Amino acid sequence: MSEEEDGVKKEQRKAWREGAVRDRNVILHGGRGMVLDQIWLDAGNFLVDFNYANASSVSPPVLRLAKKDSFESVVMDHLRMNGAYWGLTTLDLLGKLDAVDKEDVISWVMQCQHESGGFAGNIGHDPHILYTLSAVQVLALFEKLDMLDIDKVSNYISGLQNEDGSFSGDVWGEVDTRFSYIAVCCLSILHRLDKIDVDKAVNYIVSCKNLDGGFGCTPGGESHAGQIFCCVGALAITGALHHVDKDLLGWWLCERQVKSGGLNGRPEKLPDVCYSWWVLSSLIMIDRVHWISKEKLVKFILDCQDLENGGISDRPDDAVDVFHTYFGVAGLSLLEYPGLKAIDPAYALPIDVVNRIFFGK
Amino acid sequence: MESDEEEVREERLPLSRRPEWSDVTPLPQDDGPDPVVSIAYKQDFRETMDYFRAVYRADERSSRALRLTQEAIRFNPGNYTVFLDLGFCYVWHFRRQIIESLDADLHEELDFVERIAKSNSKNYQIWHHRRWVAGKLGTDAAIKELEFTKKILSLDAKNYHAWSHRQWVLQALGGWEDELDYCRKLLEEDIFNNSAWNQRYFVVTRSPFLGGLKAMRDSEVSDTVEAIMENPENESPWRYLRGLYKDDIQSLTNDPKVSSVCLKVLSAKNNYVFALSMLLDLLCYGFQPSEEFTEAIGALRTSDSEPLDSDLGKAICHVLQHIDSMRANYWMWRKSKLPVAV
Repeated sequence: MSEEEDGVKKEQRKAWREGAVRDRNVILHGGRGMVLDQIWLDAGNFLVDFNYANASSVSPPVLRLAKKDSFESVVMDHLRMNGAYWGLTTLDLLGKLDAVDKEDVISWVMQCQHESGGFAGNIGHDPHILYTLSAVQVLALFEKLDMLDIDKVSNYISGLQNEDGSFSGDVWGEVDTRFSYIAVCCLSILHRLDKIDVDKAVNYIVSCKNLDGGFGCTPGGESHAGQIFCCVGALAITGALHHVDKDLLGWWLCERQVKSGGLNGRPEKLPDVCYSWWVLSSLIMIDRVHWISKEKLVKFILDCQDLENGGISDRPDDAVDVFHTYFGVAGLSLLEYPGLKAIDPAYALPIDVVNRIFFGK
Repeated sequence: MESDEEEVREERLPLSRRPEWSDVTPLPQDDGPDPVVSIAYKQDFRETMDYFRAVYRADERSSRALRLTQEAIRFNPGNYTVFLDLGFCYVWHFRRQIIESLDADLHEELDFVERIAKSNSKNYQIWHHRRWVAGKLGTDAAIKELEFTKKILSLDAKNYHAWSHRQWVLQALGGWEDELDYCRKLLEEDIFNNSAWNQRYFVVTRSPFLGGLKAMRDSEVSDTVEAIMENPENESPWRYLRGLYKDDIQSLTNDPKVSSVCLKVLSAKNNYVFALSMLLDLLCYGFQPSEEFTEAIGALRTSDSEPLDSDLGKAICHVLQHIDSMRANYWMWRKSKLPVAV
């Protein structure tokens, strides 16, 4: 990066910071409220790099929340498409999406598309269904789904359905109910659910249901809150929630709340902010969210903030990252925390975005 | 594992200086930004990948190419980028193609994967590759694979990949004979291990040797009741107990072993949320409680001066609303759903 660019960047950051300080007075609630401005500021810093992706050798959105060259920023490199989705959705929930240079983001996203129609985690990497959904979601946030060759993308996804109705994540064949959700969610956003055998997809998910009402990764696999979100989400989108034993599953899900107010993903595991999304969204989809203590969960998420630098971590006093920041903010949105846009529990996108997709408004 | 890393770090001669590779022109990546420029190991890793691209492009399925993929894969097991980077799929994929072409020793391959997997046990590609190799070996690999997952689970008893692999091995390659004992052993080590309880249910319902859920019910209920008495606050055996009566509510309701474990836990007055919850279910299914149950519930109202609700179901919900206040709404809902005149 040249000195000139560095200077521009510093200026820009300074402007953001000033804006943030201005907003702080508006957004902060008395006492230990949520430091919304700092979160979007960090998410913003993390996204500022977008603007220089094409102008220099600086890579597209590196996790600014992690120290440069630290383990996390290296690990996350190929996950950038997911990082972009987490960061941008967080910004949108905070009402700050316009702080990002839309054209740069979209141009980078489109460069990650592979000739097969699928998207990669970054330019030059291999496509995977995980990144394809994130890419579609990011384009949906910016109202740019029309950039896509819809049939090409949906053919890529429908090509991953197996004979038994399950989905593989990529051409190498790993099967997981996560991929069922991604396929269903993505095709629904693209209005192309007719490209797959929905009945078979539903049957496969149902075959992963366990004695506790939850769902696993494959038939017989242990119930796990992340997999439950995927299965319940896919069933919700396909209008097949009648397959869920709502009372039994609802009780299992509300048992995930531990004394600190946080939620865990399996019995006897530690609570983690990411389950604020997975457990909570599942409870909402089956209409049982009032069975947990919302106040205690809000407090747990707020306790996981870095009050000085912004961002949210997995548990109080741990290091923050964009993944947990997104899940924390999305969880607070589901809990109707003031100052946040509402998020759709099945599509994991702001409700106004979902309405735009399905109702054209 | 350390020895592998040492070997790579200390004795590594750049490929460009090895006579064996003098005929190959490395093929640098020309698309997209370079993600890990500033990382110290980058030069060596990049060189390896440049040579990899060259042999991959030439579709050279030779033993040196096989060694090259090995070098790339174990280049630095601590560097998760290597394993997470989906571009790296091609290395694994090409390795499989070479193995097929050379008819390479698959048992050696399993050993190689094991060395890699021990420090990367949550990497999808490694498990995927392992499954491919084991699948090619067929039933011969069953015991080795069960032993392998056992090792991984001894390091992390709840590793989801290891459990998925183990379930696949049992169903695809066999080896069910000792699985129930294995579950029992894991539960002896940690009775709270929900993954082991899940596996136990998997075995009892799917093993071709055990005769199915009904045939196993009596002995399984006895073991489960024992586990509950040891730790009544343990969610897993309570759920497992319900699972043993799947699609047979009548038997659950009428089996004295079930109602009596509830009564015992309640009488001990310690960690009784799940016992109350089970008793509530039984009442809803039509269980007729004796006087002992009413007395046990009555004795739980330590600071509550209100008279015991004559409806036992309501009385239970009332207690639960207080002792499990985080889920008070759930218990209130259960109260509202009680059948009339339980």
